[in-house]
Amino acid sequence: MFHWIAERFLNAEPAEQALWRALLWVVLIFGPVPVWIWWERKLLAYIQDRVGPNRTGTITFSRTSRLVPRFLRGKKLRILNGLPQIIADGMKSFFKEDFVPGAVDKFVFLLAPALALFPPFAIGAMLPFAPWPSLTPVADVNIGVLYTMGIASLGAYGVILAGYGSNNKYALLGGLRASAQLISYELAMGMSIGAAALFCGTLRPRAMLAFQEGPLWGSVNGLQNWFAFTPFGAVALIVFGICALAETNRAPFDLPECESELVAGYNTEYSTKKWVLFMMGEYINMFIFAVLGVTVFLGGYNLLPVRWEWLNTNVPSLGGLWGALAWFQYWFAPLIFLGKGALLISGYIWVRSSLPRLRYDQLMNLGWRWLLPIATANFTFVAAYIVAQRVLTERYPQYGSWLALGVGVVAVALFGFVVGRLRKNSLRGGVDGLRTRTVTLVQPPASERRGIALVDPTATPEVVA
Amino acid sequence: MPPITLNLLLFGGIAGLAALAAVGVVAFDNAIRSALCLVLNFFLLAVLYFTLGSEMLGITQIVVYTGAIMVLFLFVIMLLNLGAPHLLKERFDFKKPLGALLGGVLILLVGAQVLPELVKVGQAKGVEGAGGPIAIGRALFTDYVVPFESVSVLLLVGIVGSILLAKRRLD
Repeated sequence: MFHWIAERFLNAEPAEQALWRALLWVVLIFGPVPVWIWWERKLLAYIQDRVGPNRTGTITFSRTSRLVPRFLRGKKLRILNGLPQIIADGMKSFFKEDFVPGAVDKFVFLLAPALALFPPFAIGAMLPFAPWPSLTPVADVNIGVLYTMGIASLGAYGVILAGYGSNNKYALLGGLRASAQLISYELAMGMSIGAAALFCGTLRPRAMLAFQEGPLWGSVNGLQNWFAFTPFGAVALIVFGICALAETNRAPFDLPECESELVAGYNTEYSTKKWVLFMMGEYINMFIFAVLGVTVFLGGYNLLPVRWEWLNTNVPSLGGLWGALAWFQYWFAPLIFLGKGALLISGYIWVRSSLPRLRYDQLMNLGWRWLLPIATANFTFVAAYIVAQRVLTERYPQYGSWLALGVGVVAVALFGFVVGRLRKNSLRGGVDGLRTRTVTLVQPPASERRGIALVDPTATPEVVA
Repeated sequence: MPPITLNLLLFGGIAGLAALAAVGVVAFDNAIRSALCLVLNFFLLAVLYFTLGSEMLGITQIVVYTGAIMVLFLFVIMLLNLGAPHLLKERFDFKKPLGALLGGVLILLVGAQVLPELVKVGQAKGVEGAGGPIAIGRALFTDYVVPFESVSVLLLVGIVGSILLAKRRLD
């Protein structure tokens, strides 16, 4: 059966193959969406010391019916711990009335959700989810990660048009905020990914992965060179992570849908299926940015940053184990890919549950005064490193890794300098950059506590005259 | 008459849509619709570049024009909050026929240069490998390095100037 499918696929026309690849990718990103929503609700509940959805999907057997086997009578069977809640939500939204407010710009209003869903589906077309060249990625193009940036920048349209088409001030404000935010954070994001692309000298994700599968820092042969473990890559990953939060409109950057100011932001006027399209787009986007980070910085579909072949030749006594792990890594690559994506999505949710929403000026300050300079300095550093390495390794090839270490130390010093300057500039008086508003809770002294309802169980009850 | 292939049909279809979108930019009297038509036009142009094998050019088109400049256009249009379309209608004046005349002359001039070459083209096809990132990077940093850098300096001057103009007086 499997063999027959493989034969059929490999003998198909290139266009047909591409179609199947696209279908496979859509299944991979579309299928887990309910799981992400469920996981977000569950994880948020755990973090906030709640239970979260757990009732839907409970099968309660009759206590009296004879059709039910005796040992099941009156029993409750909970399946999947509330996961069917998402199916119930979906059903509900699909059977509700599809309401379009009267005063909206109908064409734009209907176009917006469709446009919001287009980029999430298209962005990942060049991300390989497994080491199987005929099945993934959908298109192995030589512009690779640049394509991601291009399509991601189209993400603003859905939100802006939703805001405009709704003919609602709050929605419009949400749309404007979203567009400003997306444009601001795209720059830093492009710079951070650009540093990685510059380092491996290619934009093709598969080639970037091949580079990351090489020895760590070019010298530790047993480990893989995931960019998250290199100094510049760690910085770029942090910048990328923050920008990914902002690009997907997630907390603490969810100003476009800030409830306390804008009702629900750009999707205020949307209901039922159209609102679901926005939601699905957001979750797919989350996953796509997570796996983009995984592919560019965290070794893609590789299970661990370990080079099994090297271990196989150097620790042959455990050859069977290494072989089995390499086999697992090869055949279960999509699962590893999904799992790493899920791990990063858990990070998104964790951030959402722990950080308050930024103020708008703080958002802009963070993007323009912090992330962009840091990412640019990082990028420049990578360029300088490449030049230095080319020149120095040609002259002194025997000291390669020591030179790398030296350059790394210089880089860390420079980086510290840049951050120090940024701090100084943003805290300088007159520029109300990062001035924070704090509320200090003060326990008033006992003499002033009259009239304040502070219950102190140890105190003797006062007799009110 | 060139043989009609699927490739040619695809190219013609996309090119025709792009032209229609370009017409839409001037034909709509709603500023947002016009801007959306321009977005569509830019996007389809990028797709045309893709079909000709210049991926780099196409994606740059999307990143710069579709993704950044048009978003800013829409942003500004929304901020301006133009009133009802009928208020924006211009009254008839001599500028319109004059513009049409000049436009016609321009079409004739450009067409006389371009069309005789274009009718000889049978298939839409780009130069192999000319549109990749490596080729473009090499061209930018070797043959065209001086124009490239001077343009970037020009842009920098523009940015500094606009900041100077927009900055609130700090005193």
